[in-house]
Amino acid sequence: MTTAGSAPRTPHGWPLWEVFVRSRRGLSHQHVGSLHAPDGEMALRNARDVYTRRGEGVSLWVVPSAAIVASSPDEQDPFFDPALDKVYRHPTFYEVPEGVEHL
Amino acid sequence: MSTPTTSRPQRPTAPADPLVAYLVGLGDDALILAQRLGEWITRAPQIEEDIALGNIALDLLGQARVLLSHAGEVEGAGRDEDALAYLRDEREFRNVCLVEIPNGDFAVTMARQLVFSAYQYELWTALRNSTEPLLADLAAKAVKEVTYHRDHATQWVLRLGDGTDEGHRRMQAGLDRVWPYVAELFAADDVAAQLPGVAVDPPSLLAPWTAYVEDVVARATLTVPTPTWHSRGGRRGLHTEHLGHLLPEMQHLHRAHPGARW
Repeated sequence: MTTAGSAPRTPHGWPLWEVFVRSRRGLSHQHVGSLHAPDGEMALRNARDVYTRRGEGVSLWVVPSAAIVASSPDEQDPFFDPALDKVYRHPTFYEVPEGVEHL
Repeated sequence: MSTPTTSRPQRPTAPADPLVAYLVGLGDDALILAQRLGEWITRAPQIEEDIALGNIALDLLGQARVLLSHAGEVEGAGRDEDALAYLRDEREFRNVCLVEIPNGDFAVTMARQLVFSAYQYELWTALRNSTEPLLADLAAKAVKEVTYHRDHATQWVLRLGDGTDEGHRRMQAGLDRVWPYVAELFAADDVAAQLPGVAVDPPSLLAPWTAYVEDVVARATLTVPTPTWHSRGGRRGLHTEHLGHLLPEMQHLHRAHPGARW
């Protein structure tokens, strides 16, 4: 039997998976939530049932939650604060011409 | 078993029009299995599986509504889908016995799902060519739904059968529980025989069904059971005792509050 992907089991049994849905061709996959499943193939099927019941998607990704390396809340200041006082990084010094919709 | 009383005429057990009888039979299969799968809600192993079983039940309920509504129209006696679903008694139901047996544990339910969804896959695939437009239209839509039902059951049978010892033991027990009800799905049917071009001859579905199911069972390291008895008679209104317990729960609201609406 093939099992695409694996992840450590949670104390509650099945491991957690993060779900990404692409709603239309040409757009990127967006994170929509998470779910439990015994392996990757079942996670895809559960994602289909939980997140695409109303025709939301044309493509699904599932990723073991344990495989995600996340920034730590404790490091929030050194990670993000230095960007706050560098106003020259923001494109706020341009005049936007009237009538331009997609800038 | 019901005992006919002398004061009440025995109800007809089958509609006179073969098309009505055929539509009611297929509709009842879907309706009764939807009711059984609905019993899993809040009881499935995980909330994700709860949703999956609920989705499958709703697909089946949708099929049942189309079939029973059309049966009522063809019959022309003023019965709508609700009248057919909620106001018939046990002997007037024409579903195969497989769909009415209790859910058992999850493995029994997955064994029943594998058997029934693989059967429905072949049925709807064939009915896409029906000369009855409503059946052909419904089949085109239903075959997509049932393809997913079959895949869902297949994934679980593979995982339980080829998983832990406990899963293997339970999955084999599940197959053993449902296999006596398999032959009835493929038994020659008087009603279908009267509807050439419209209906599908059930025995013609057996070979493709067997090829699919036996492959899954073998890959799951399980054994195809060889039952010592076979159910029969569901299409003639002769059911297991379990349908008599399922119907009051399914029909209670409509019978207690006729015409009730949300």
